[in-house]
Amino acid sequence: MATGVFSSTRAKISQRTLRTDKWWIQPLVIFSVLILFIIYATIRAFENGHYFAEPLISPFYSPCLSAACETGSSLLGQPFGIWKILGMTFSPALFILIFPLGFRMTCYYYRKSYYRSFWMSPPACAVAEPHATYTGETKAPLILQNAHRYFFYIGLVFNVLLTIDAILAFKDSKGHWGHMSVGTLVLLANATFLWLYSASCHTCRHTIGGRLRNFSKHPIRYKAWTIVSALNHKHQEFAWVSLLGVAFADFYVRSVSTHLFTNLYFF
Amino acid sequence: MTNSLERHKYDILVIGAGGAGLRAAVEAREAGLSVAIICKSLFGKAHTVMAEGGAAASMGNVNDNDNWMVHFRDTMRGGKFLNHYRMAELHAKEAPDRIWELEMWGALFDRTSEGKISQRNFGGHEYPRLAHVGDRTGLELIRTMQQRIVALQQKDAREHGDAESHIKVFAELTITDILKENGKVAGAYGYRRENGADVLFEAPAVILATGGVGKTFKITSNSWEGTGDGHALALKAGANLVDMEFLQFHPTGMVWPPSVRGILVTESVRGEGGILTNTDGERFMFKYIPDVFKDKYADNEAEADRWYTDQDNNRRPPELLPRDEVARAINSEVKAGRGTEHGGVFLDVSKRLSAEIIKKRLPSMWHQFFELAGVDITKEAMEVGPTCHYVMGGVEVDPDTAAAVGVDGLFAAGEVAGGMHGSNRLGGNSLTDLLVFGRRAGVGAAEYVRKNPANPVSDASIAKAADRVQAPFTRSGGENPYALHQELQEVTHNLVGIIRTRNEIQSAIEQIADIRRRSTNVSVSGDRQFNPGFHLAFDLDNMLLIAESTAKSAIVREESRGGHTRDDFPGMNMQWRQKNNIASFDGTQVNVRQQPLPVLPKELFDLFDPHELEKYMTAVEMAKGGSN
Amino acid sequence: MARKLSLRIWRGNQADGGLQNVTVDANEGEVVLDVIHRVQAEQMNDLAVRWNCKAGKCGSCSVEINGKPRLACMTQVSSFGDEETITITPLRAFPVIKDLVTDVSFNYKKAMEIPAFEPPVGMKPGEPRMQQIDVERSQEFRKCIECFLCQDTCHVIRDHEENKKSFAGPRFFIRIAELDMHPLDILRNRKKTAQEEHGLGMCNITKCCTEVCPEHIRITDNAIIPMKERVVDEKYDPLRWLGSKIRKREGML
Repeated sequence: MATGVFSSTRAKISQRTLRTDKWWIQPLVIFSVLILFIIYATIRAFENGHYFAEPLISPFYSPCLSAACETGSSLLGQPFGIWKILGMTFSPALFILIFPLGFRMTCYYYRKSYYRSFWMSPPACAVAEPHATYTGETKAPLILQNAHRYFFYIGLVFNVLLTIDAILAFKDSKGHWGHMSVGTLVLLANATFLWLYSASCHTCRHTIGGRLRNFSKHPIRYKAWTIVSALNHKHQEFAWVSLLGVAFADFYVRSVSTHLFTNLYFF
Repeated sequence: MTNSLERHKYDILVIGAGGAGLRAAVEAREAGLSVAIICKSLFGKAHTVMAEGGAAASMGNVNDNDNWMVHFRDTMRGGKFLNHYRMAELHAKEAPDRIWELEMWGALFDRTSEGKISQRNFGGHEYPRLAHVGDRTGLELIRTMQQRIVALQQKDAREHGDAESHIKVFAELTITDILKENGKVAGAYGYRRENGADVLFEAPAVILATGGVGKTFKITSNSWEGTGDGHALALKAGANLVDMEFLQFHPTGMVWPPSVRGILVTESVRGEGGILTNTDGERFMFKYIPDVFKDKYADNEAEADRWYTDQDNNRRPPELLPRDEVARAINSEVKAGRGTEHGGVFLDVSKRLSAEIIKKRLPSMWHQFFELAGVDITKEAMEVGPTCHYVMGGVEVDPDTAAAVGVDGLFAAGEVAGGMHGSNRLGGNSLTDLLVFGRRAGVGAAEYVRKNPANPVSDASIAKAADRVQAPFTRSGGENPYALHQELQEVTHNLVGIIRTRNEIQSAIEQIADIRRRSTNVSVSGDRQFNPGFHLAFDLDNMLLIAESTAKSAIVREESRGGHTRDDFPGMNMQWRQKNNIASFDGTQVNVRQQPLPVLPKELFDLFDPHELEKYMTAVEMAKGGSN
Repeated sequence: MARKLSLRIWRGNQADGGLQNVTVDANEGEVVLDVIHRVQAEQMNDLAVRWNCKAGKCGSCSVEINGKPRLACMTQVSSFGDEETITITPLRAFPVIKDLVTDVSFNYKKAMEIPAFEPPVGMKPGEPRMQQIDVERSQEFRKCIECFLCQDTCHVIRDHEENKKSFAGPRFFIRIAELDMHPLDILRNRKKTAQEEHGLGMCNITKCCTEVCPEHIRITDNAIIPMKERVVDEKYDPLRWLGSKIRKREGML
């Protein structure tokens, strides 16, 4: 039984879409970039090494909580022992990455991107999707998208930790304060992008003032809401910049750690 | 055919689903009656959505000196004292209540800092008086009324188990005839535009709320629906049209590119510093300042330019003269050969204001031109000229009940009704007109129905109406309705447009008669299913009656007043102020006679400064000081 | 500066139909609706198309142009290349009636299902006092001209006829948001019914509604997502749930 645009009552047009523009470029690009990121992140997460080059720590591993962590990389100590699964050491990154991953997976912007580019639901506007049925976010597992705000809260904790990491990067490799390197800038930029990504988040907007009915009774929250709303317009951009920022920060730390290049100090 | 005919019975039939029709329907339903609402297009698309400026009501939220008496005076002044005083009085008194109740139905007007409904200044209104929502007030009004209808239907669903038990909206349906039995209204006949199927409505009361007649003219701000259906239906049912010569031409409609021809350029473009120039580059408005305005308008560019920054010490630029003055000036320039090839002049804001400020202060204008016409008003001038905007004339009604004079059971409200605005309507008065008289028509019709229950329609009337609907298909090889419509628009535009003379109007009357004769032979191709050619055949018939009424009223009124300008009679004539032109239809042609205008009662007469009234009234009238 | 324009216009009805080629003159500055009208006046007198204001304010002339849901009166002919054929079809999410006209009654049915505005009991006309900042959010949604392009493009119903019964669509999500954010509305169950009756959870925020909106209403960011967050407040957030219980017990609500 034909449904959708091929239903019996609709205008009889055999094409799935009559769009003449290159509508497939955007989902294809997004698909490719996300896939590349996933591959890179997976390799790095399982690599379990080269994530620390005093004073720089990769955002994939910070705060390194396992006893297996490299010396100096555990900002919050090492409350957990060494985990092993099937005799393999469990990379500390895996425990860390769950949270940012959850934040981004449930993010309203990323949902749009991957529903379109991965699930093709729909691939682009007015392009018929290939699925026979559709229930949206009403059933498990997608109903869990509603937990976005909890990932947002956890994300804030990580933002604080990564900001501290960036501040610690004002040390030199011997632990003395008052220095600054390219790595400092990389971590600072990373933390800034992450803050912008969190601050522009739809849940943040809701929490800060969106749920109010009368703004006039809450002038400060209203002011904050207008700022967050302005940032929210750029949420998509912040989502990409911060994603690439994290990957680059990790790549930078790894490169320094593997002596691919030296972390250049300004002073 | 009659066997399969779709039939409906209601207490009240409302023809037209704009502001007035919906307000009437709400009132009739709340009076406990069943109501059918007929829309020619989809529900919520009526021309009311186009109103931008606002709805005039003397709530006094911004200036508490405002009250109904000031509003009444402004309205009479604007109409050059040809208004039906009682309509202007009711309108001024009831407008605030009509606005406030919209709020209780969910409307969200812009606010003052105290949280009240904000009111803005507008031409002809002494105080800030127009309740508004940005520049989409008409949309707010129609959506609120639409949602109010839905709310009533939801209530009916709860109480009667059927949302459409008492109010039903018939979208995309054209009414072709009002049916009468025993001299009273019995219902109406029409067809569904979707499939062409005939429909009969039996209802003892019919409220006309069909809006305007703009499509009779070549350049108009009206949509395709403005074909004067209600005016024509009323005429054919035996009602009168009052003062059909008065048409408001908005001075600045787009004339080019063709895609936006007729669309309004809001007055605020001039208010923000837009200047009008002809093809010689001359800022011509300085030549057209009438004597009565000399002390208020600058006569040189330097002073006019200073006004934008210092309004207290300089006179206003002449671009801000009243609508009719500006329209006439543009028309004169074009007729003198100083207009553009498309029959307009230039309106330019790009030289005075920066692109940034234009986009900030005139956002919807900028969008309108950029998106509809590909014109960037921050860089280039607009080509503008007068566009037919509003008809002051309309069905002669009793002001208190909106009952059409001469036809029991027929009512009219909104633009289709005449009298309220006299010879010229003030901006902002139409939206409250819709609400005030829409409501009154609902009350009037409900009271009428209580005393005059159902009046069955005879088979003979049905058969006659059905034949008329079928007629265009029974002919072949006849006239093309599109071609005839274009021909009619050329005639009205050129000969009974903004400036008129006896010879031209006479020629128009003859040509309209000729088109009407040929229109009886209109044939259409295709079938009855959503066939625009077929639809136009009926609209054309209506527009021809309107054009004839306008031309025949215009030729007798030998004066210039408000929306009627005679080149051969340039001034106002106090004798003519005391007369209404009454058009009626005898089955073959429109006839126009004169009827005395109701005299201002003493208490309303006394609201005016006698020195003002002297400009309009004869010594005899002044001596009387109004009626008792 | 007229040029010849090649059009492909879908003609037909529910029983049958297809794209027909036609060539027509187009003048400078014209929009697609202008050339449709020229075709209608000169070549296809009975070509069905809906339109009213021709100024982008009434939302009647919704069609699909080169596969994209658009207003015919807001689509410039000059936005297409000289050699490009412009394909015009009716909306593909709704039953076709004839040619470019579709049956949009689905939308009016859905409008009927959204409970109307409910002012405070006992409030009299003229009494309401609202601050501009409190009405602005709802005002944005009241800009809607009901062109139903968002409904047409929404894959939830465009691609799944069976979802029509349980899904109100973007136009009515902004209506619900408008009322839920309205300073005077007293109905408190709009979030719950949005999720349980009007199908808010079906939306996967792919934003096509926002992309096609001719009024540039930020449907997804300003209405749907805020409503989804409000639904989470009520239905899916254990902390909020706990908080509201406590406040209720302490008589704060």
